[in-house]
Amino acid sequence: MDRISARKLLGWIRLDPWLLLGLLAVSGIGLVVLYSAGQRNVDLVIGQAIRLGLGFTILLTLAQIPPHYFRFWSPWIYLIGILLLLAVMVAGDISKGARRWLDLGVLRFQPSEIMKLAVPMMMAWFFANKPLPPRLSHLLVGAFITVLPFVLIAQQPDLGTGLVVGFAGGIALFLAGLSWIVMFILAGLLVTVVPLFWTFIMHDYQRQRVLTFLDPESDPLGTGYHIIQSKIAIGSGGIYGKGWLNGTQSHLDFLPEGSTDFIFAAFSEEFGLVGGCVLLALYFFIIARCLYMATRGADTYGRLLSGSLTLIFFLYAFVNSGMVSGLLPVVGLPLPLFSYGGTSLVTIMAGFGMLMSVYSHRRTPTR
Amino acid sequence: MKWWRSAAKPPIDKLLVREKDNSAESELFFRRVLITLSAVFLALLAVSGRLVYLQVLNHDRFTLLSDSNRVRLLPLPPARGFIYDRNGVLLAENLTSYHLEVTPEQAKDLEAVLAAIRERITLSDADIDRFRKLARRTPPYNATPLRFQLTDDEIARLAIDLYRLPGVEIKADLTRHYPLGERGVHVVGYVGRIDEAELRRLDPGQYSGSTHIGKTGVERSYEEVLHGRAGYEQVETNAEGRPVRVLSRTPPVSGKNIYLSLDMRLQVAAEEALEGHNGAIVAMDPSNGEILALASQPIYDPNPFVNGIDSASFRKLNTSKNRPLLNRALRGVYPPGSTIKPLMALAGLEYGVVNRNTGVFCAGVYRLPGGGRKFHDWKRSGHGSVSMDRALAQSCDVYFYDLALNLGIDRTHEFLSRFSMGRPTGIDLYGEKGALLPSREWKRKFQKQDWYGGDSLSAGIGQGLFLATPLQLAYSTAVISQRGNNYAPRILHATQETGARGVVLTPPRVLPPITLKNPRYWDAVISGMIHVVEGGTAHKSRSPNYRMAGKTGTAQVFTLGQNQRYNAKRLAKHLLDHALFIAFAPLEKPRIAVAVIAENGGGGSATAAPLARKVMDAYLLDKYDPAMIAGIKPDPDTQRDGSN
Repeated sequence: MDRISARKLLGWIRLDPWLLLGLLAVSGIGLVVLYSAGQRNVDLVIGQAIRLGLGFTILLTLAQIPPHYFRFWSPWIYLIGILLLLAVMVAGDISKGARRWLDLGVLRFQPSEIMKLAVPMMMAWFFANKPLPPRLSHLLVGAFITVLPFVLIAQQPDLGTGLVVGFAGGIALFLAGLSWIVMFILAGLLVTVVPLFWTFIMHDYQRQRVLTFLDPESDPLGTGYHIIQSKIAIGSGGIYGKGWLNGTQSHLDFLPEGSTDFIFAAFSEEFGLVGGCVLLALYFFIIARCLYMATRGADTYGRLLSGSLTLIFFLYAFVNSGMVSGLLPVVGLPLPLFSYGGTSLVTIMAGFGMLMSVYSHRRTPTR
Repeated sequence: MKWWRSAAKPPIDKLLVREKDNSAESELFFRRVLITLSAVFLALLAVSGRLVYLQVLNHDRFTLLSDSNRVRLLPLPPARGFIYDRNGVLLAENLTSYHLEVTPEQAKDLEAVLAAIRERITLSDADIDRFRKLARRTPPYNATPLRFQLTDDEIARLAIDLYRLPGVEIKADLTRHYPLGERGVHVVGYVGRIDEAELRRLDPGQYSGSTHIGKTGVERSYEEVLHGRAGYEQVETNAEGRPVRVLSRTPPVSGKNIYLSLDMRLQVAAEEALEGHNGAIVAMDPSNGEILALASQPIYDPNPFVNGIDSASFRKLNTSKNRPLLNRALRGVYPPGSTIKPLMALAGLEYGVVNRNTGVFCAGVYRLPGGGRKFHDWKRSGHGSVSMDRALAQSCDVYFYDLALNLGIDRTHEFLSRFSMGRPTGIDLYGEKGALLPSREWKRKFQKQDWYGGDSLSAGIGQGLFLATPLQLAYSTAVISQRGNNYAPRILHATQETGARGVVLTPPRVLPPITLKNPRYWDAVISGMIHVVEGGTAHKSRSPNYRMAGKTGTAQVFTLGQNQRYNAKRLAKHLLDHALFIAFAPLEKPRIAVAVIAENGGGGSATAAPLARKVMDAYLLDKYDPAMIAGIKPDPDTQRDGSN
């Protein structure tokens, strides 16, 4: 009796146990690492746990909502997001030299965060009823859907989020079947335009900025300091790491942002190459599971939405780990489920929620 | 039916439905996902590869960087060895004192912090000037001293507010202190802050924690012995550079204690005897070369030099016409005058120019053969017929004019060189001068003139170009007293490891003895020197208690004109003759050799010989003025075990 009712209950709740397991594993490890990276600050860990709890609640809630609701709301959410971005442009709060925040009295938030979900939703919505691979005219509309928020966000300036939004749109186009010819043409265009731009349009100081961005270690007292210390943390970890709570770089404050953007370095210092590879494997498992779930989507909307949301998650993980290890330039993206704090955690969990919804409603098309 | 349900109902667009093929699109999507997944795999593989590069291939390098990030060597300066006299009288010690340090980097707003300190304790402009000067040449993360010798009251006033003064610390350290102050200052010397030139020269491994270094005297000459070996602490520091914990510790090895050959009672007796004169008294033990007293007047207090004497006081000391900073015993060069005559007599005997009984008639004046310039005897009326004995006893110049002329400068130079004239004696004290023993070559080289007979005459009575230090005179006297046996003058009596009971005595440095063709020549000259005291120029300084041999000297400071007479009453003090006296005693077994120079003291017999007598009495008869040596007692803490 009991077993039947329990199974019934589980069957009734829409979720994917594999994905949930992967997410819980990474979050769990993240809390353990955060305790060490945050200088054994229990409050920090509790705060993060509460935030994760909230994230998982949102995830499970959204997973119950059939995807056709998302599909219906997609253009509206996108439209509201664009309007909010315009509002930020006009009346946003400035913090750390960038106009990103919208203060609604009770709530102070970054509308650009909405766009991380809204752009994939809008792209999926737009291509859902178009024949794929898309025609050129549809491609142009898709490009516009992506570029508009990208420009609005990039000028705040918030390169990290802009990159995520642009990437989400681009990956949606790719998954929608963007023809290779177009991609090659775009790539060729890029290859020719960038050097021209570099040589004729940019000023010296701008070039210098780009160079510093690409090679932070040329500026050892500025951004380079972070990277140098981060590399030292990772490198000194070795194969097996210094052991939990034994990281010197993080515990002695040499590693800046050790519990937020640079938590991967703190983790690698204490858990070494083995830990790092396990973590990367977990991320790969999550991404692979999500992409599998995406392919099982009932229709184009579900598949495209799931696909681009997954790749947003990947982008976070890759850019962050690449940045921290000095492989990529410094872009302020957190390591998802690991870094302390952040609205981005909520966004990502919401994304996983929609993903699960698409997967668990795979037998019910969104139309 | 709720409102969003109806709204969510998808519109039916027949045209589009007709064109869409879900299974084909699903397949397309699947292919694209496969490509994407491969790309994801490759990207994460690249990150793993990067981790391998950092954590495996470059692990050692980053471990080193990580350690150099966090591990810092903190120098532990050794405690400086103490200095005692031969009887264990404390001459230099270390006292605990407190000073204020500011680390500019941590202070952030340095001016505000300085002002805040100034509100609480007195800070002179000189303190702040020195601080700025020091701060400029040390990195900003290093603490720089601001005020020394904080009083308890000042410490209390600062301590309660220290948390409000970032980068400000009260540090305890050991300050060098010279309990006897000015006594023996020219021997003991003093330490001072390490200056820039020294900083470049010094081994940073040994001195990075040390602030002071010996500047003069024994403090300088025995710097290596006194300083000790620095230790260090390996500490883990955080990013701000604050030590978090100690990883390992190599303790410093304190410097050795030094026992000087000085007998501080005798030193004080010598300084007191000289009181009122500028000059020097050197007393040494001729049987082993140990310096018993090395007095140079005027003396000065070395204590203000330890933490940087203020410029006004320094200027006063440095520009005083009495030049207290000059160690006259080692660095004062004087015409030896008649005190050179015993050596000249020895030279005459050695080269057969005279023998003990050769007689010379002194009419008070000597003319170079072939006429020319007249050379006067100090006694215008002359000494009549003199042999060597009388010539020494009466200090007859004519006798020695003749001797010097017959000897010639080359042989004079060769012979006197053996007694360390014109070159340093090799005492273990910094800064000894060689003075000047004239020679043909020297005159040609530096005065571009030939050597004349008259030059030989002047040199023969220790005048003219001839210059010697008091130490050289004492040393040559000691050699005479030992009949050629020869020990390098030496100030280091013994050393002692910290905490050890016993001391390690320094063996005398035996030099090759000076041998003469006939050892009886020594007796001839010593006999003359005895007659100096017993019936000669120094007869007033004869002691009833012991027999002494000596020689007076009166050195001209300026040259009289051909027919002028020296009249002390008419001369300014600074133009008066230097009074000199050399002596050793007792005759049977000489225990002390003394050289005295009183600048502008007038005559050797009247001024210098009584001073030597005082020193000799003190040493040989243990006759010390109790008031004078009241503070001079062996240190009760001295763990000296004499038997070692």
